[in-house]
Amino acid sequence: MIAELGHAALWLCAALAALQLFGGALAQRGAQAADVAALVRPAAMAQALLAGFAFCCLLWVFAITDLSVKLVATNSHSLKPMIFKLSGSWGNHEGSMLLWVAVMAMAGGLIALVEKRLPEKTMQATLAAQGFVALGFYAFLLLSSNPFERLPVPAAEGQGLNPLLQDIGLAFHPPTLYFGYVGLSVAFSFAVGALVTRQVTPDFARAMRPWVLAAWVFLTLGITAGSYWAYYELGWGGYWFWDPVENASLLPWLAATALLHSASVLAARDALRTWTIMLGVVAFSMSMLGTFLVRSGLLTSVHAFAVDPERGTFILILLALYIGGALLLFALRAGHVREGERFQLTSREGALVFNNVMLSVILGVVLLGTMYPLLTEAFDVRVSVGPPYFNPFGAVFAIPMFLVMMVGPMLRWRRDSARRIQRPVLIIAVLVFVAAVLALILGDMSILALLGFAMAAGLAVASFMPLRGRKLARVPIATWGMVLAHFGIAVSLFGMASESAFTTERLAAVEQGGSVDVGGWTVTLAGVDPVAGPNWTAMEARLVAQRGESDPIIMTPQSRNFWAPQMQTTESALATRLDGQLYAVLGNQADDGRWQVRLWWKPFVTFIWYGGLLIALGGVLAIIGRVLEDLKRRSVRARADERRADRREQGYA
Amino acid sequence: MSGLKAKHQRLILVAIALIAIIGAGLLAAWGLRNQANYFYLPDQLVAAPPSVGQPVRLGGMVADGSIETLADGITVSFIVTDQEDARVPVRFSGILPDLFVEGSGVVAEGSLNEQGVFIADNLLAKHDENYVPRELQEMSEHQAARMAEETTVGLE
Repeated sequence: MIAELGHAALWLCAALAALQLFGGALAQRGAQAADVAALVRPAAMAQALLAGFAFCCLLWVFAITDLSVKLVATNSHSLKPMIFKLSGSWGNHEGSMLLWVAVMAMAGGLIALVEKRLPEKTMQATLAAQGFVALGFYAFLLLSSNPFERLPVPAAEGQGLNPLLQDIGLAFHPPTLYFGYVGLSVAFSFAVGALVTRQVTPDFARAMRPWVLAAWVFLTLGITAGSYWAYYELGWGGYWFWDPVENASLLPWLAATALLHSASVLAARDALRTWTIMLGVVAFSMSMLGTFLVRSGLLTSVHAFAVDPERGTFILILLALYIGGALLLFALRAGHVREGERFQLTSREGALVFNNVMLSVILGVVLLGTMYPLLTEAFDVRVSVGPPYFNPFGAVFAIPMFLVMMVGPMLRWRRDSARRIQRPVLIIAVLVFVAAVLALILGDMSILALLGFAMAAGLAVASFMPLRGRKLARVPIATWGMVLAHFGIAVSLFGMASESAFTTERLAAVEQGGSVDVGGWTVTLAGVDPVAGPNWTAMEARLVAQRGESDPIIMTPQSRNFWAPQMQTTESALATRLDGQLYAVLGNQADDGRWQVRLWWKPFVTFIWYGGLLIALGGVLAIIGRVLEDLKRRSVRARADERRADRREQGYA
Repeated sequence: MSGLKAKHQRLILVAIALIAIIGAGLLAAWGLRNQANYFYLPDQLVAAPPSVGQPVRLGGMVADGSIETLADGITVSFIVTDQEDARVPVRFSGILPDLFVEGSGVVAEGSLNEQGVFIADNLLAKHDENYVPRELQEMSEHQAARMAEETTVGLE
């Protein structure tokens, strides 16, 4: 019953999305369609409620493990802990698509409810675009991947969830990325709305900005969490593999980063109009491409669920329709967007334009590298593209970007002279140079690690430069957000450089009681015992790790066997210290009874993810700052209106 | 630049952006040609071996009875074959992937050394029924097709 209700709600949602699309489109025709146009906002809100309801229905059937629903039977198991039953509802193809569209509908409902500063026509066009995107997803869900499909005969027991995915971090990793993708779809809808009505104004940028920021925060968190997950769960000791699926989340992040900066320019200075719209289209295209790469089965990876050509084709058609349509609209209308305000090359805008171009170029480099294997496969040549391509070719453009990023925030809007900021620039330049020399003396490292240290040092100091000479209490919250986010980049870079330069690794076969030295630690194998969990059994090593004279700690890496479905995973053990992490993996037992143990000492590796968190926190502060500013502006405007009305009354009464 | 017309400033910006993007595209294309990691089947690797040290991927089946752990307890040597004549010796130091057994498919990332031994930096094997390296998946289809062909020879 619940499943049927959810299914019915989805059909209603599709109808409402269609109403939103046609109502919004008709509204552009003029006053005679005012009746239909008035329905657009309520339709968006009703769609939000119904889509939310449909998703709750799915949560419900997973919570009670209703095995007559096909999706539950194939992805859940009655013995699974409740949290993984619930997360299982989106840990599969159909459920994740439903989550996507539900979040999107709720975002649409929210803008319909609160967004009042744009002209009504622009809002209707925006919601029509939102309806258009949603309609495609409803069609996809209802026609080719219905999450509420019943089985003719209820299954006796569920087939379980991939045990690799039974992890609390992973339970929240995909939804985080989806929130990011959806935020970009809202930004895209705003861009379409603005293009259709030719209202590319600072108000448009201000309305769009919180959504871009929110999307960016979620993507940052998603990438950070995904990277940490891959690091400790896969047991390969790496934090970024340039896996196509990782790239699929990085591409929208790069586009969103560029977009949020150019939206800031548009909001503050009314410049970069066309460019901002273009980035809105690109950012959304990248998030759709990400979904396509992950969901189509075109790529095989831990993330890709089922390989189903029909679905792949469906998403490909949607993708072509969305991106093609958006680009066509852009090509038709971009010429009509009026030229924005001008600025000099040496100005805050100039620096932001430079970094926007660099970000776009990096995006292009990553996109090419990700798609290249797919392209060559069409000619029957199998290749894989990895770090030897991505690292140097990304860095070539990232380094000039970091350099400009150190200086840009100190520049004034519109025009500035290089001489005014001579001193701080000199200080930073010396710092970068000293850091590079120090790194050169300290160790034998790759050129990229060396540059990483230098950039990190420069950025760490430069990110606080915009605060110099200001009363800290009066610095706007959004500025603190920028400072924090830029500092986070420095922290992350430092972590990456340190991981690359100073990691020490030991791989050894150890007998019971034997010990291994790695990076100042002595690790002794105390024993290996069998242990059992709710749905797995494992061999667990007891490793006693000691550094110098400090108290020894026990680490327990496991080699686990799951039985539903059957598979083996390695569970790494981590010991986190302020200055790094000790990482241990247990391998197989050799014939002579020795156990394979792999150990890494990774100095400051955790800074990579601390940096990611700082960046996200900076984004959150920026949202808070902007929303507060908007509220203040709104109340000032309301009070002024009131006063004017009062005066009029007194004057004419 | 303030003396320039608005149109001109726009044009210059667009030109700079275009040059940067085209330059990056060319650079990336060049990088891809040099850095892409090619995939070899055992018979291809034997017939036309890549140069020593060039990173490639080798995909095939682990030959029966060929897995051998060396004295250090961490290095494993085995033979990757295509079930025919081509046999490539592989050496790998590290923790073997789950489900790495004789007769199963494997993709090895690494390079050939002077002795013609493939030194693997990384092994990809079947993780579970849902996750199979792409090359392996197609290979088993290919083999199934060949098997069908062989068993039906002379039946027409």
